[in-house]
Amino acid sequence: MSAVFFFIAAIFVFVGAIGVVALNNPFYNVLALVTHLFGLAGMFLLLRAQFIAAAQVIVYAGAVMVLYVFVVAYVGGTHEPLGGPTGRGAKALAVLFAGALLVELCIAILGSGLEALDAKGAAFDAADPKGFGTPGYIGTLLLTKFLFPFEAASILLLLAAVGAVVLARRRGGLGTLDDQRPVLSFADVLRPLGTGTMAEAASGRVGTPAIEAEGELPEGEPVRVESGW
Amino acid sequence: MNINWFLVVSAFVFCIGAAGVLTRRNPLVILLCLELMLNAANLALIAFSRMHGNGDGQIFAIIVMVVAACEVTVGLGVIVAMYRRRLPIDADELRELHG
Repeated sequence: MSAVFFFIAAIFVFVGAIGVVALNNPFYNVLALVTHLFGLAGMFLLLRAQFIAAAQVIVYAGAVMVLYVFVVAYVGGTHEPLGGPTGRGAKALAVLFAGALLVELCIAILGSGLEALDAKGAAFDAADPKGFGTPGYIGTLLLTKFLFPFEAASILLLLAAVGAVVLARRRGGLGTLDDQRPVLSFADVLRPLGTGTMAEAASGRVGTPAIEAEGELPEGEPVRVESGW
Repeated sequence: MNINWFLVVSAFVFCIGAAGVLTRRNPLVILLCLELMLNAANLALIAFSRMHGNGDGQIFAIIVMVVAACEVTVGLGVIVAMYRRRLPIDADELRELHG
């Protein structure tokens, strides 16, 4: 039974992977990668990694691929000519190198002396609710043994989010885009300046009332400044 | 299924991804092929984790997924910035580095 499931998942994985490489429209490439990710999630289930399979489907196929789809829709499907200036020779050489790498990897895997590779894996208790691969197991590991990598990953995600916003933001001095002129809407009248909307951030307005009011403190009361460490 | 099979699938997917990175010229597709390679590595990590009955490999796979998400975010930001500056969306055309 597991063999049937494995081969179905493998078909999905291979069709998706070849579709990503071979299709010419970036939108279809993204859809092929979603197929690939679903097949891979099936393989993770076979390897008793239930939590990672679920995370793969939700985070990868759900969130990251939506990001891709939006960028493809924004940038537009740029059809690249197959075999353009790069030339057929360089392409054939690249495929040759990939094939050589595959042969090497297969020799390394199948020719290794690891006897455990030819077995189904370590002993496993399927009835244990906090057994291998369950969310409870992963959570316990993440919050005890791997607490530092967990926190480092969260900081890395924050850095990446800020970096993406900085990279993709609209430059003020460019002035060549058509949608640079300020758009006035009814909501602008109702909303006071400096509420921190995305429109203000994009247009570079720094009318934050809290900062502007800082110079106009009442004279009578001295401002208490917290000193010390 | 034996662990061997999963590792062979992982090797195949990794090589397909490597071939894609080497042959394709659209940066979006290059990022997608990088995802393929990272996923192949994930599959190998989880297969070895199953082989040893040890959860460390699964945690490693989760961290790889986090790093892949970061890489995608920054890469797509760069692509959007390229599009905004009217640069060609083509890895071969972008030869110069200037702000």
